Amino acid sequence: MADIVIDRIRKSFGAFQALKEVSLTINDGEFVSLLGPSGCGKTTLLRIIAGLETSTSGDVRIGDRSIIGLAPKDRGLAMVFQNYAVFPHMTVYENVAFGLRMQKADDARVKAQVEKAAGLLHIEPYLDRYPNKLSGGQRQRVAVARALAVEPKVLLMDEPLSNLDALLRLEMRTELKTVLQSAGTTTIYVTHDQTEAMGLSDRIAVMHNGVVEQVGHPVEIYNHPATRFVGGFIGNPPMNFIKVPVSNGQVAAGAEQLAVPDDVGNEIVLGLRGEAVELAPLPQGIEMKVRVAEPMGSHLLLTGSIHDQPVRVILPASETVKSGDTIGLKLDRRRITWLSPESGKSFPAVSA
Amino acid sequence: MSTETMSATETASRPASFASSRRWLLWSGIAALCAWVLVPIYLVALGALGGRQGVYIWPKTGLPTGISLEPFILFLKTEGVVQSFLNSLGAAGITVALSILLGAPAGYALARYDFRGKDSYRLLVLLTRAFPLAILALPLTVSFIRLGLYDTIIGVGLIHTVLALPFAALVTQGIFLGVPKELEEAAWVFGCTRVQAFFKVVAPLALPGIVATAVFAFVISWNEVFAASVLTVRNRTLTAYLLTVLSESPMHYRFAGGLMLILPSVVFIFAVRRYLFAIWGISSK
Repeated sequence: MADIVIDRIRKSFGAFQALKEVSLTINDGEFVSLLGPSGCGKTTLLRIIAGLETSTSGDVRIGDRSIIGLAPKDRGLAMVFQNYAVFPHMTVYENVAFGLRMQKADDARVKAQVEKAAGLLHIEPYLDRYPNKLSGGQRQRVAVARALAVEPKVLLMDEPLSNLDALLRLEMRTELKTVLQSAGTTTIYVTHDQTEAMGLSDRIAVMHNGVVEQVGHPVEIYNHPATRFVGGFIGNPPMNFIKVPVSNGQVAAGAEQLAVPDDVGNEIVLGLRGEAVELAPLPQGIEMKVRVAEPMGSHLLLTGSIHDQPVRVILPASETVKSGDTIGLKLDRRRITWLSPESGKSFPAVSA
Repeated sequence: MSTETMSATETASRPASFASSRRWLLWSGIAALCAWVLVPIYLVALGALGGRQGVYIWPKTGLPTGISLEPFILFLKTEGVVQSFLNSLGAAGITVALSILLGAPAGYALARYDFRGKDSYRLLVLLTRAFPLAILALPLTVSFIRLGLYDTIIGVGLIHTVLALPFAALVTQGIFLGVPKELEEAAWVFGCTRVQAFFKVVAPLALPGIVATAVFAFVISWNEVFAASVLTVRNRTLTAYLLTVLSESPMHYRFAGGLMLILPSVVFIFAVRRYLFAIWGISSK
């Protein structure tokens, strides 16, 4: 078993707290992404798990074994680095074989494992070459193959796709998912790219300023962010936040009355995904002033304001709305997230 | 208007002439650089091998006429020449070995670790070169006599190491900085101890630079005259020996001595030239 328990890890660099009591449990065989903007501590956390950085306090366990204080080589994990870190003075074959050679595996096993990993990542034709003869995408595959060749219990990946161009990144993402699904390795994947995290992960841990803001299934995080930060960070366009007045436990949205959670003051923040709306005639719908209408082909992106607060909504491409129009919108009440204006935290979902 | 002038000049011949002028520039540059190094060596060799008459011939032909190894061999047979040559080799060998063995770890530490006083340490390393050796000469001689190092090759080697070590530390620091830390970390993650990672990953990649540092240390020791002259009496290095002997020697002897000073450096650099060019390209990008 290779569950990973991250137990109240803290890390300070001088006065700066990079990680503030981060706790997270990753189940055996699970693919979890650490997602957040740069400087949120995600890479630091990964490096602490790898043993490349020491934590100020806290514990990390793999299975039942505490690995804090062990040298990286004794932790039984493999890692893919952001710059790939393939050894330039070794052939691709020796790169992939590196971990096995260090384990003193016999030649037959090394050969079998290297060929298996190379086959998974389609790098057999390059095995005799040196890395400086390879493209970025090929080196990236070598780095992943090197990690998979040792059949690690735990695989750590630090933004492995960020140095690739957009098209290659999409391709590698799909391949990574295929490869890792068949390997069944517990994987922690650090990224700042939300689409990568959404597409690859079983669960996502969204980090911000050294704190895990929310852990959950990608769709759950997308639809019901725990905090304003998560809603704003995930999704393109980001979630809209509209501050609205509350009267008698209800909020007026055009002609409709929306129930809000109990115990709120006279204001609440309505969190709305851009696509959770449809056009409605004006007195019934909530009023939106459209500043810019951008036809994107697959959909229509509208930027404007509701209650004088900026919003972005998405309508089907077939709708004809022009810049400067005033339109009415009907909100999908099942997809509304209510947030506290003070703390920025969301309330549990209200049944309609 | 620019299109007209462009089309006028941009005939089919233009790219070709551009390429050929580039090539001409390249080769003339190479020729100039080679001449810069080779012509003095050639003239010295001519003087050394031309014998007594060759040196005084006027006008100079610049052609290798009347060349024979005889005058040079005669010079080699002069008492003390071979011995001082070997002494120089010994001192340079000690210098190279010690400055790499001590300098490279210091350079590695400067490149990889953050410690208090790192910048002042670096400055201190450099400042040792700012201290004039002449002031040290007398106290050094006295303490070397006490330690039994006076008039020994080991003593000269030690002093030359002191001269070469600052450069060795600072140059190797730059070399180790050029090896991405991620490569080392990858080695740790995939089963290496720190020491193994150094020898399996860092050292091979830093080798060209370390060899260049060795060449540098060798040349520093080989060229050094002052300390070698002060600290030796009978066991002179070649430079110190030639300095005392040559002023009273005939001209072709002086040329022979000069040639002997030049040749080992050239041969040594030629032997390690392979390492002076980065073979694999260190960048991991």
